[in-house]
Amino acid sequence: MFALLPIDVLLIAAGTWLALGLAGLAAPRNFRYISKVLFPLGAAVAVLAGLTSLSFLGSGAETAVLAVGLPGLPFHLRLDNLAAVFVLLLGFAAAGISVFAAGYFRKGEGAAPGLLCLQYHFFLAAMLLVLLADDAYAFMVAWEGMALSSFFLVTTDHRHAEIRRAGYLYLLIAHVGAIAILLCFGLMASGSGDYTFAGMRAQSLPPFWASAAWLLALLGFGAKAGLLPVHVWLPEAHPAAPSPVSAMMSGVMLKTAIYGLLRVSFDLLGEPLWWWGVVAMAVGLATALFGVLYSTVQSDMKRLLAYSSIENIGLIAVALGLTLLFHAYRMAALAALAMTALLYHCLAHAGFKSLLFLCTGSVLHATKERSLGRLGGLIHRMPWVAWLALAGVIAGAGLPPLSGFVSEWLLLQGFLFSPGLPHPWLNMVVPVAAAVVALVAALAGFAMVKFYGIVFLGRMREEALKDAHDAGRWERAGLVWLAVLTFLLGVLPTTVIRLIDAATRQLLGAGLADKVREHGWWLLAPISPDRASYAPLVFLAVIAAAVLLGRQLVHRLYHGRLRRSPAWDCGYVFQGPRAQDTAEGFSQPIRRIFEPMFRMERHFPTVRDEQPYYSVKVEDHFWNWLYLPLARFADGISRLIIRLQGGRIAIYLLYSFLTLIVLLLVARP
Amino acid sequence: MSTVVPLSAQLINLFAAVILLLAFAMLAQRRVLPLINLFALQGLTLCLSTLVVAFSTGQAHLYGSAALTLVLKALLLPWILHRLVRKLQVKSDVEGLVNIPTTMLIGIVLVMVAFNVALPISQLASTISRGTLGIALASVMLAFLMMIVRTKAIPQVVGFLAMENGLFLAATSATYGMPMVVELGIALDVLVGAIILGVFFFQIREQFDSLDIRHLEKLKER
Repeated sequence: MFALLPIDVLLIAAGTWLALGLAGLAAPRNFRYISKVLFPLGAAVAVLAGLTSLSFLGSGAETAVLAVGLPGLPFHLRLDNLAAVFVLLLGFAAAGISVFAAGYFRKGEGAAPGLLCLQYHFFLAAMLLVLLADDAYAFMVAWEGMALSSFFLVTTDHRHAEIRRAGYLYLLIAHVGAIAILLCFGLMASGSGDYTFAGMRAQSLPPFWASAAWLLALLGFGAKAGLLPVHVWLPEAHPAAPSPVSAMMSGVMLKTAIYGLLRVSFDLLGEPLWWWGVVAMAVGLATALFGVLYSTVQSDMKRLLAYSSIENIGLIAVALGLTLLFHAYRMAALAALAMTALLYHCLAHAGFKSLLFLCTGSVLHATKERSLGRLGGLIHRMPWVAWLALAGVIAGAGLPPLSGFVSEWLLLQGFLFSPGLPHPWLNMVVPVAAAVVALVAALAGFAMVKFYGIVFLGRMREEALKDAHDAGRWERAGLVWLAVLTFLLGVLPTTVIRLIDAATRQLLGAGLADKVREHGWWLLAPISPDRASYAPLVFLAVIAAAVLLGRQLVHRLYHGRLRRSPAWDCGYVFQGPRAQDTAEGFSQPIRRIFEPMFRMERHFPTVRDEQPYYSVKVEDHFWNWLYLPLARFADGISRLIIRLQGGRIAIYLLYSFLTLIVLLLVARP
Repeated sequence: MSTVVPLSAQLINLFAAVILLLAFAMLAQRRVLPLINLFALQGLTLCLSTLVVAFSTGQAHLYGSAALTLVLKALLLPWILHRLVRKLQVKSDVEGLVNIPTTMLIGIVLVMVAFNVALPISQLASTISRGTLGIALASVMLAFLMMIVRTKAIPQVVGFLAMENGLFLAATSATYGMPMVVELGIALDVLVGAIILGVFFFQIREQFDSLDIRHLEKLKER
């Protein structure tokens, strides 16, 4: 009997996605067929992929060879537990996003729907292949396919110059990253010339070359993930893309880069060195702090979320650094704890950030407005979106009982044990990093409050918002799916940890599951219950009870005495919804406290202004410190080369002639 | 090395010297039609030299190469070029970027370089015609020099074709010719190249009303 292995199912899923994309191309203008048939089918395939990897988790690796590509260079594929965790993430997040997309794309917006369908499903298939690839060649092909298809998705609305600019920036940095990854693979294969991952695993590089390969991987994958200083494309590309695409990029694509980093650090390079952990932690902390600070001061809702993605990737990099440190010093249980925090945060972020990006999509469609300063009070018009966004916001702020809390709590637990590191200054410095992580978590809460409060609460800042409508059925279904995932990740941490433990065990040789299992499914105590434990259901019950009690009390005490009247108006005569706190005003304290971190251009109104206005523009220091000098340098080099290319045939001939003579003289026997 | 040089080797050296002389003559020739004639003459000499090598070594396939050279380089290509010149009504004077005496001096330096470079190789070779390798290399370089210093399109093409002559001579002298397949391929390439360039001339002429390739500088991206 021919048995269908999980890896075959996943290959069929990738093939089906490609076929769905091509099917969209068959009738590129048939809007109903594409949005109501192909996208839901894609979502079903995504669920299938997710369920397959769910059933696979915990079993041994499977391999397959796919005879496509160049002759003699077939695609080697391999499904192991690490890949399965990320396939799980991809499948479940993509299911929600695809269902949402079925209702999201509108007739006559941007590219032809058939083209969008092709790019979107190609993107999904490429991401799946990245996770399954088992040789450098297949990996790079899938990786580039992913970059290209997402580039086209970002530039869907290519009629706007700024979107083209964002797309160009994205493509540029994606290629810088791809070159770094290619060089990294080249180094790892240099000994044997074998480009399969099995060959790379088999050999061990000398420390210098291993470190060079790891740093290249950090640069290459960091460029895709959005680590400092190659993060600049992220806040440009995410707002430019349609919301389901932003959700897919932020929720899933960034995680493929994390996957690559894990694959190289723990699987392909063999034993990591301790200082890699310090580097990863330093880069991660800088990224997290930078991302969260910039996300608090944004006034465009999608840019705010994009910077928040940078922050979350930074936290994941911190967890990676911690894992590397513990692993290098052979503290297996703690390394497993940090790795669990890392994988958990990947899953959590994929859920809540996709959810939030999709919510901005619904808001964008309902109001045609992205600027926070023109939104407000939408909870009255869009209750579905508002309440579901609340789930994402709570998770994003790292509050119990939702998913973000669990991973950040696990990460901080890992930090609490870092004084045990057998290194004189590391065990002093690393706990300071924990303080920075705590600061980042607090600021992330601030950014989320700002996002939610200004978009959904308060009064409507513009008249036009009165016509806003709630999300459609498809959109709602996608949002509910992601919110439910976020909720489950929050309240069932022990179950989830037991699932992802297979990957931890594969990479580190130690897991958390046995410890976790000891205390039953309702209590999470990663090291021992005496030190720290978390019972999500208790939290949930207490929170629910407190809310109900409060509501009950309010009803009892104020029943019948409730009346609506204008709020206290500080003695001003004119008071409209515009008098509410603005996005800029809300974050002003943060901007003031962290002033040196920002590059600001402000315009203050003066008494004599006919039409007084206030504006503030916050820019990234990296543009002026790193990117503009680099661009000027490249420009200068190109100018020199233009001088070489004078346009005269005689000169060109002379170049080759002189080269010939020099070569002849040099190669003289 | 014996002092008595067989007749065939002397003949080969003689023809090689003639080819080098013709290369210099082409470098010095200002007018288009005589230039083409010189090129045809060089092709003929090349054919004769190949025949002598073929006869003295008994390499049968070299007869084929010699025939190919005769047909292609001594007859067909000069004829095509003549026709082109007539159709395009090229003015006879050829301007150079560098004046003729200087060009000749540079050419002499090139010949010295070529001999210097080829000496070690020809000592390794065991063929009867090994002494001519330096000359072959020199004529390649001289043809290249012609391509550089001429500003009109047709002399450039002649330079390009003459370069192929030099290559052919090098191949015969170092290894008794290339395999027939390669030779046929190169011959076809040269022919097709000449035809395509002919088409280009018409286009350049249409566009700029002149065959001066300095006009092409305008095509540069600014």
